[in-house]
Amino acid sequence: MEIKVLEEKSKLYRRNILKYIYHAKAGHTGGSLSVIDILNVLYNRIMHVSPENFDSNLRDRYIQSKGHCVEALYVILADKGFFAEEDLLTLCKYNSPYIGHPTKKIRGIEQNTGGLGHGLSICCGNALVAKKDKSGVRVFTVLGDGEMAEGSNWEAFMFAAHYKLDNLCAILDYNKLQITAPNAEVMGLEPLNKKLEAFGWAVRQVDGNNIEALTQTLESLPFEQSKPSFVIAHTTKGKGISYMENVLKWHHGVPNAEQYEMALAELN
Amino acid sequence: MDYTINKANLEVFSETLQFLAEQDKDIYVITSDSRGSGKLVSYGQRFPEQIVEVGIAEQNLVGVATGIASMGKKAFAVSPACFLTARALEQIKNDVCYSDNPVKLIGISAGVSYGALGSTHHSLHDYAVLRAINNITIVAPADNYETEQAIRQAATMTSPVYIRFGKKNMPDSLSGASGNGKHDFKVGRGRIIQEGTDLTFIATGEAVLPCVQAAEVLANEHGINCTIVSMHTIKPLDNTLIMEIAANGKPIITVEEHSIYGGLGEAIGSLLLQNGFRNPFKIVGLPDDHTVSGSQVEIFEHYGISKKGLSDTVLTWIKK
Ligand SMILES: Cc1ncc(C[n+]2csc(CCOP(=O)(O)OP(=O)(O)O)c2C)c(N)n1
Ligand SMILES: [Mg+2]
Repeated sequence: MEIKVLEEKSKLYRRNILKYIYHAKAGHTGGSLSVIDILNVLYNRIMHVSPENFDSNLRDRYIQSKGHCVEALYVILADKGFFAEEDLLTLCKYNSPYIGHPTKKIRGIEQNTGGLGHGLSICCGNALVAKKDKSGVRVFTVLGDGEMAEGSNWEAFMFAAHYKLDNLCAILDYNKLQITAPNAEVMGLEPLNKKLEAFGWAVRQVDGNNIEALTQTLESLPFEQSKPSFVIAHTTKGKGISYMENVLKWHHGVPNAEQYEMALAELN
Repeated sequence: MDYTINKANLEVFSETLQFLAEQDKDIYVITSDSRGSGKLVSYGQRFPEQIVEVGIAEQNLVGVATGIASMGKKAFAVSPACFLTARALEQIKNDVCYSDNPVKLIGISAGVSYGALGSTHHSLHDYAVLRAINNITIVAPADNYETEQAIRQAATMTSPVYIRFGKKNMPDSLSGASGNGKHDFKVGRGRIIQEGTDLTFIATGEAVLPCVQAAEVLANEHGINCTIVSMHTIKPLDNTLIMEIAANGKPIITVEEHSIYGGLGEAIGSLLLQNGFRNPFKIVGLPDDHTVSGSQVEIFEHYGISKKGLSDTVLTWIKK
């Protein structure tokens, strides 16, 4: 898909994220809006995965480690045709399979996540097998910046470099905020590129809300032969809705009717 | 029964800690990006020297709390019950319990409080895993009074303790007036909420309230008078009280916001069987199933942990 088309898609996706969160009266708004451009480029431009090849072992794999932002994933999967979009009207409702975190009950979702710091290790296992089998399968994950504090991630960083998993790409949705406060206050991450390079990863930085920049970066994978690739995607939490951008409470804030209308107006 | 739905046990926990910290500089709170979820923002503002943030790193949370406790401080490690008792289980087992460091583990938004966020966020395993670990007290307060008492008593305890509660508003005190005789809260002693002659509910945590509601229906509409015990301490279990109750031979039904495996019900069943009691006995909790999706209330209703569910269960069971 062309950049222009993708940019239009991002607007549609943002509207849908808000729509279904508004309807469910629940959801992780800020982080879904920050990650959506990354998922857009991954699913519409980079990865070989679709409803048609989803039963093939040769599909690329995406595991969303920051599982709480499932709404972003749901709207993309619906757009890709994995399920009917209006199913999302049952989001978080009694007996609905569309719960507030990724579950394999939904076609298109690879793994159940929600506890932070699990996705990357699973990706490592996927990538190891893909490499051994020379299947050409690539493996992707998105991590949250707060999530980076989980020790398990750093165990996986070692593993991926040790096994030279250059078919693995981890993307950090670096929106600088978590629940309580900015990461810099809660648990500082910097200097992140140096840490990851020291762990044996090839690291690139990119504007994670810029479709063109993301496309260029992700189209140049792997960044180095025999090394796993890490994308530090600088994003804005709540991206696209002025009153949500960089405001802590929109981590899991749900807009009221008036705020919802304002948000839609901004996206038109 | 005379009670009013007051506030979340979570609020009471935070208020109690602030009250204690005012007089005791040894109180420490350790959080893992859980300050807001733990209603501890005002605690943090008032006692900035008595709160330590570790980031989203529950294993480190329990390890650091252990270190703080072993320096003589009263360390309260606060995190959602699901992550605290699963992610950091080895730290709880080795560093806290086995190494005998009196950390106070506070599991917030426990059971199915997180509702439609799903199983990653539910803790239906915590009683079971912690019961199998030596040297830890397990407490699930039913109401605001029990929560306040549990936190106060935990502050003075010299051995490890785990306290879990939810975020939904709970009664002020289920036995009406608090602080008289058998209605008192003491860690390790069951609290009698009401006495009856026909059947006993033994429940824990936020599953006590639906028992109280069901008992009302059973009494008013069917003439079945129930004893209700809030067995807030799951370990060590109040064996004496349970056997005293069982001595009348009447049915006993246990109710908990936990898997039916390894929790309060099985603990009581084992006690009764091994001591020769043969009362009709039933365990109500979350079945060994992919938990249905929905809010906490919807999940409770789905599995019959509700006024109607429990009264219906009793009626069909007793009639047989
Ligand atoms: C193991 C674990 N601990 C705690 C949580 C609760 N939790 C959910 S989201 C979140 C903050 C995540 O912040 P970040 O990774 O920066 O995500 P984003 O800003 O993209 O929403 C926390 C603490 C969790 N889901 N899993
Ligand atoms: Mg973040």
